Amino acid sequence: MEPYAQHLEKHMRKVVIDPVTRVEGHGKVTIVQDDEGHIDRTRLLIVEFRGFERFVQGRPYWEAPVVVQRLCGICPVSHHLAAAKAMDVVVGVGPDGLSPTAEKMRRLMHYGQMLQSHALHFYHLCSPDLLFGFDSAVMKRNVLAVAAEYPDLAYQGIMLRKYGQEIIKSTAGKKIHGTGAIPGGINKNLSTAERDSHLKDIDRIIDWSKASVDLVKKVHGQNPDYFDGFASFESNHLSIVRKDGALDLYHGNLRAVDKDGEKIFDQVEPADYLEHIGEEIKSWSYMKFPFIRKLGKRKGWYRVGPLARLNCCDFIPSPLAQKEFEEFRAYTGGKPNNFSLHYHWARMIEMLHSAEMIKELLTDKDLQGTDLVRMGKKTHEGVGLIEAPRGTLFHHYKVDDRDQITMCNLIVSTTNNNEPMNSAVAKVADQHLEGKKITEDLLNYVEVAIRAYDPCLSCATHALGRMPLKLELRDTRGNLIHSLIRGASGS
Amino acid sequence: MSDTINFTIDGKDCQGKKGQSIIQAADDNGVYIPRLCYHPELTPGGSCRICTVNVNGRQMAACTTPVAEGMLIFNDTPELQDMRRALVEMLFIEGNHFCPSCERSGNCELQALAYRLGIMAPRFPYMFPQRTIDASHPQIYIDGNRCIQCGRCVRAAEELDGKNILGFIGRGPFLKIKASSSRGLAGVEIKPTDRCVQLCPVGTIIVKETAYRTPIGERQYDKKPIGAEIEGSH
Repeated sequence: MEPYAQHLEKHMRKVVIDPVTRVEGHGKVTIVQDDEGHIDRTRLLIVEFRGFERFVQGRPYWEAPVVVQRLCGICPVSHHLAAAKAMDVVVGVGPDGLSPTAEKMRRLMHYGQMLQSHALHFYHLCSPDLLFGFDSAVMKRNVLAVAAEYPDLAYQGIMLRKYGQEIIKSTAGKKIHGTGAIPGGINKNLSTAERDSHLKDIDRIIDWSKASVDLVKKVHGQNPDYFDGFASFESNHLSIVRKDGALDLYHGNLRAVDKDGEKIFDQVEPADYLEHIGEEIKSWSYMKFPFIRKLGKRKGWYRVGPLARLNCCDFIPSPLAQKEFEEFRAYTGGKPNNFSLHYHWARMIEMLHSAEMIKELLTDKDLQGTDLVRMGKKTHEGVGLIEAPRGTLFHHYKVDDRDQITMCNLIVSTTNNNEPMNSAVAKVADQHLEGKKITEDLLNYVEVAIRAYDPCLSCATHALGRMPLKLELRDTRGNLIHSLIRGASGS
Repeated sequence: MSDTINFTIDGKDCQGKKGQSIIQAADDNGVYIPRLCYHPELTPGGSCRICTVNVNGRQMAACTTPVAEGMLIFNDTPELQDMRRALVEMLFIEGNHFCPSCERSGNCELQALAYRLGIMAPRFPYMFPQRTIDASHPQIYIDGNRCIQCGRCVRAAEELDGKNILGFIGRGPFLKIKASSSRGLAGVEIKPTDRCVQLCPVGTIIVKETAYRTPIGERQYDKKPIGAEIEGSH
């Protein structure tokens, strides 16, 4: 038998999509086909190296929430809050020791972020695919084309995001990269003027969020079989849930369920995450591959994010979102939903939940409280978990007697979804690329699958919008068989 | 004989007192001359040269030059402002100043001066030097990455706190401040209320666990630029 390397050399050809567009970050997809045109394997490569875990070493612990949020410009609040939660433990306060004002201000910040990020993800990045179809002309696959053909929808998406950003500004000080959360609490409360300006628009935001859920359902209803089948595969799911099993995006314990909904583990405290989650390093990617230890590296990979959260939780603690959740769950007979494109459905239900929670918080007088920061007996280690828009985010730090960070481990949402995204790409390649000439539409299928999960590749290992796309079809000897180049203008 | 000294800055008639430096007299007349190493409570250092003004055709440091009768002083000229920008840019590139995550952002004189001078990016390449952090003290720490070697802390320790606890070591680009103990800050008598701690213009001498307590929008230079307090006093 010929050695595998030689076999590859002789019989395989490689399809490279580089870079992947309308994702935040710079990705590259490699599809290797054998001589018969069957998909041998696919790899989503994140080609950047960021190094945050290393360069926060030596910095004082209170800098972490402000430094690490620079990982991302879309969801900095998630990193800001996860690091702050870890540092709450370090300063001896922990999740239960925060003042009501501090916790509720942070929650408000987080729901504002969920709203803006989900709106961005769905309207700005993904709606062109859903509204115009995956096969539509390149010139139409952008948010400006949406604005031209569906001006009301585009306005809705932009205003939803703006509202979330304004909430972040009121709680963190700035729309992007604020300083609100500090170890042990928050540095401001919500003024009555800020509260009233947000309350003025919240009912419209809830209505638009509900309309967004309806929009996904309408798109789905037009071709349910196609929508359900696109890049779908069975997997485990992981998220944090509240102690009573409710969806809680800010705080809770870990729960993992398998493809049939059986619990793999439940109510795992954040500090114990390493006992249940391992990370595998592969030589070909800067991203690590997390897995559930109990199931091993091969079978232990899992999905995170909106779909996984709705598969893990028992209910949603806000009325309108709960009603939508019941319909979502009923669609798969109460079992976990394993359809990749249903991420968008789950995402819009979460956006509705976030809008409802913002309304509830805005009417809470605790937000005008003055007990902002608490300090306790310091410890040397802290873990902070949060449900970021794309999924569960782990921040783990060790701090020495001099208050300097000695160790930092970050498992970001995109990393958690690493293997699922590879699987989604494999599925799409299998469904649409096999035996066909590589066309630009087919390339976009791959990108649609990735975008359903995550437009945030930079977190896991940076550029938003239309990047040039180059496709090369090569054999394993490096000979160029076919190439396709898309310029920044879409030409 | 009167102690009043008459002079002009940028054509404005001003009055000073005998014994005042140009910068002191300018402050009293509501004219802001940009500065970094100068502080009104300390003897002038004359090291940063940001306060350089044109006096009767010659460039002089406003903090160390006594004001004199009939002086024609120019402060806000394109040439002087560009020289100041160059000096501030050099301070930025020879240290490791990461304003976005620095806890002194919004309260930092170097950052505020850069904003006031309209610096968007330095014209010189970054040096990314290796600097050290002294975190040995339970309440105070020194982050050498952000030090501009202005010496305000050294002078404040001696002149205001009465302690010889801080000094310079090294020469040229390797000059840095250091606590006068082999154990670092842990080996000296220093506390958060010491003026040597409070007069640091940048984020080098920091009181631990006080970071980011002031929300964005309410920090010292969020609402008014540096120097507005002098210009607004008249």
